[in-house]
Amino acid sequence: MSIELTSPKDPRHEPITTSSEWTFERIQEFDRIIGAIAREYRLDTYPNQIEIISSEQMMDAYSSVGMPVGYHHWSFGKQFLQTQNNYERGFMGLAYEIVINSSPCIAYLMEENTMAMQALVIAHACYGHNSFFKNNYLFKTWTDATAIIDYLVFAKDYVAQCENRYGVEAVEKILDSCHALQNYGVDRYKRPAPISAAEERARQEEREQYLQQQVNLLWRTIPTAREEADQVKRARFPEEPQENLLYFIEKNAPLLEPWQRELVRIVRKIAQYFYPQRQTQVMNEGWASFWHYTLMNTMYDRGYVNEAFMFEFLSSHSSVIYQPPYDSKYYSGINPYTLGFNIYSDLRRMCEHPTDEDREWFPEIVGRDWLDTLHFAMENFKDESFIQQYLSPKVMRDMKLFCVYDDQDSPEYEIRAIHDDPGYRQVRSALADQYNLSTREPNIQIVDVNLRGDRSLTLKHTRHNNIPLNNECEEVLRHVHRLWGFDVRLESYDGDECVKRYRMPPEATSAEEPSLEHLRYV
Amino acid sequence: MMNSYVIDRRLNGKNKSAVNRRRFLERYKKHIKRAVNDAVNKRSITDMEHGESISIPSEDIREPSFGHGQGGRRTIVNPGNKEFVSGDRIAKPQGGSGQGGGDGQASDSGEGMDDFTFSITQDEFLEFLFEDLELPNLVRKDLKSMDDFVYRHAGYTNTGVPAKINVVRSLKNAHARRIALSGKSRRRLKEVIRLLAEEEEKDSALRSTALIDELLEEKLKLETKIGRLPFIDDFDLRYNLSAKEPMPSNAAVMFCLMDVSGSMTQATKDIAKRFFLLLYMFLRRNYEKIDVVFIRHHTSAKEVDEEEFFYSRETGGTIVSSALRMMDDIVRERYPTSAWNIYAAQASDGDNWNDDSPICQKLLEQSILPSVQYFSYIEITPRDHQALWHAYENVQASFPNQFAMEQIVDQGDIYPVFRQLFQRKVT
Repeated sequence: MSIELTSPKDPRHEPITTSSEWTFERIQEFDRIIGAIAREYRLDTYPNQIEIISSEQMMDAYSSVGMPVGYHHWSFGKQFLQTQNNYERGFMGLAYEIVINSSPCIAYLMEENTMAMQALVIAHACYGHNSFFKNNYLFKTWTDATAIIDYLVFAKDYVAQCENRYGVEAVEKILDSCHALQNYGVDRYKRPAPISAAEERARQEEREQYLQQQVNLLWRTIPTAREEADQVKRARFPEEPQENLLYFIEKNAPLLEPWQRELVRIVRKIAQYFYPQRQTQVMNEGWASFWHYTLMNTMYDRGYVNEAFMFEFLSSHSSVIYQPPYDSKYYSGINPYTLGFNIYSDLRRMCEHPTDEDREWFPEIVGRDWLDTLHFAMENFKDESFIQQYLSPKVMRDMKLFCVYDDQDSPEYEIRAIHDDPGYRQVRSALADQYNLSTREPNIQIVDVNLRGDRSLTLKHTRHNNIPLNNECEEVLRHVHRLWGFDVRLESYDGDECVKRYRMPPEATSAEEPSLEHLRYV
Repeated sequence: MMNSYVIDRRLNGKNKSAVNRRRFLERYKKHIKRAVNDAVNKRSITDMEHGESISIPSEDIREPSFGHGQGGRRTIVNPGNKEFVSGDRIAKPQGGSGQGGGDGQASDSGEGMDDFTFSITQDEFLEFLFEDLELPNLVRKDLKSMDDFVYRHAGYTNTGVPAKINVVRSLKNAHARRIALSGKSRRRLKEVIRLLAEEEEKDSALRSTALIDELLEEKLKLETKIGRLPFIDDFDLRYNLSAKEPMPSNAAVMFCLMDVSGSMTQATKDIAKRFFLLLYMFLRRNYEKIDVVFIRHHTSAKEVDEEEFFYSRETGGTIVSSALRMMDDIVRERYPTSAWNIYAAQASDGDNWNDDSPICQKLLEQSILPSVQYFSYIEITPRDHQALWHAYENVQASFPNQFAMEQIVDQGDIYPVFRQLFQRKVT
């Protein structure tokens, strides 16, 4: 991406400031101008709450994933120590901003930043991310920006209350186990009920009693003759495999106390809130980068900022969207800022200056209004489908994308496709697939509970391309076991074949298996 | 319609993570303690006054989650192609599962190999260092506690007895009051003086004596008015306020006795100094009100301050009883056993005048040990024990609860021995 600085087209305004120091007045003035321009581009946002914080406070914000209030847990302390250590030793700089999806949308600005950086951050976070949060379908479906802060306060109070009543350690154990499963706390295809703190609080007690009653029903231990008959008919529970492990545990784990179920629910609800973030990284960061770039350039065109300001801005911008090549020592995967920024920029280019190639590949985009096209692309996709839909040959060429096939059993890597005519489609599909959640995380579902026997829980792992589970798996199963209270099994399938079985607590197979072997050979 | 609010949060606390941080430290106490113990042995004596960097193997503190392991078949898209074309085959790097062009997964597991490193503060360092330790036989001597108070300064008040008047504060107030009340008059006075001067400078023909008289009169009036303001008024007065605070009833005094004679080598002294330093920090930490008496000796004993105790040098022979006798005297003079818990620690290389050791034993048994809670003796020597050790063994036999002795050979022993001597006794 080459960036050129042309002389201002229409310098109608005096620069807001020529100083690199920020002041509150200047921040407000910048925000006002950027906001006005953003509205011209139809960026629809929640109100902004811009908070100036120190670097120490930024580290605090970091370690709580930006949540302004959070319950206490050692893992956040670990995160904090890690950030602090890395920062103090100069291993990392702090991000210039953190923004969270709430209404008002809270953006943190560090006091150390220069005016140009603050302006970049305002454009990026307060208008880029903010409009994404408000309009992308995943966020609309999964999160309720107006309720999240209240819910976090409720969660914090509830956890603290449990700690008082049952002890920090007991609470910590449950939270540890829930955190191990927090990526498995969403229904990917079902629309969730919106979070509301007031409702949660009001219903919580009621729910406790009701839930316990339900669980008791499920686990009633004296089977009647009638039920025995039913049992034959309805051999499996759950009837359908369940992908939302935390939900299933919250509703059905036999031994959990009501307050423990509530903790499971809290972790689940908060994980659900972050679920869209995990699925729209490229789109979200790309959108914010595209807009800070476009908004700043518009400001320059109108004379609000001078050349010095623009040089500083462009230098930060190009380091944000820098993509190291695969063989660089700085390479750590595809930079979502770069990929997203390139796709959105290219969409605009295709609308305004299409080539023959574009006409062939994107007949429905070429010549359309670029703002309509970009807003539509931002609102209606997640990373996987966004890439599949919009990654153009030009972007693949610009980024020199190529596709490596790695089979465990082969001594060689194979280059399957590169950025050329026969390869475009394959590279694009492979990259889209890379952002598919089931490619990123193992597909694990609850398939069976032994209701009348040992009450054991069985999970099924469906392998993707025969990729096995990592070595933390047994540790996680220990956590599942803690929540479930009875034996937990995990079966790993490649296609129809069960490749590996795990069991928690570990099975004493050594005693049984040899004796069978023995019998066979007698 | 669309509003942005800019809020300055910099004045809010920056320690939002403090609780989580403490939880983390609490959870990994075992690891941290191990690191702290190692650090103590490595550190120089002057080095206890700061925090420590702690490393924990990442394995031990990871938060597990389901994830993909190595293996299987993957298709990975990378940027920055230079020479590859479709169908190229590249040999995998030998020996090791390192995925050259790895995706996020590979870099995650690569990072997992490192240790998790972070810093703890000096306070936390000491807390971990001294956890589970306490002064043995701490008896509450509360005979005097009921009527023992100290007065502490606690700000100012506007009522009080004359003896407590705070002159500076009171005069400041008076000055401020005078300025406030006379402002208008003094402004006018200045004006009058200026007008007078103007008038007097005028040519005699133009000068109006009536005006001058009028001004002079007004000047006089203003001056008396200002003069009438009292120099100090009742409500200017401020008194020192003292608050009565009860003295803690756990008064304790710690005697540190050390041999600094010629037979003590520099290395031996260093070890002894370390032991006392540990002890001293331990005391300062556990008991807010505690006296420490340092006595060093060669052929004669001398009471010194902390600085001199640790950092000054002497030579000469050794008479241990001189220090014991001095301690005994100090106890009698300044630390009545009814009000003080008395502890003592002695460090030596075991050298003593042979004739002196029985005297030491007698002194300890007859006059010192009956009045102290705990007396610990460390002998820093790799050699065989001499008369002093054997004499002390007899003492230990007759006072097993009050007297403890240990041998230290090198620096590595200091902390374990220290812990042994001051371990919290489970009763």
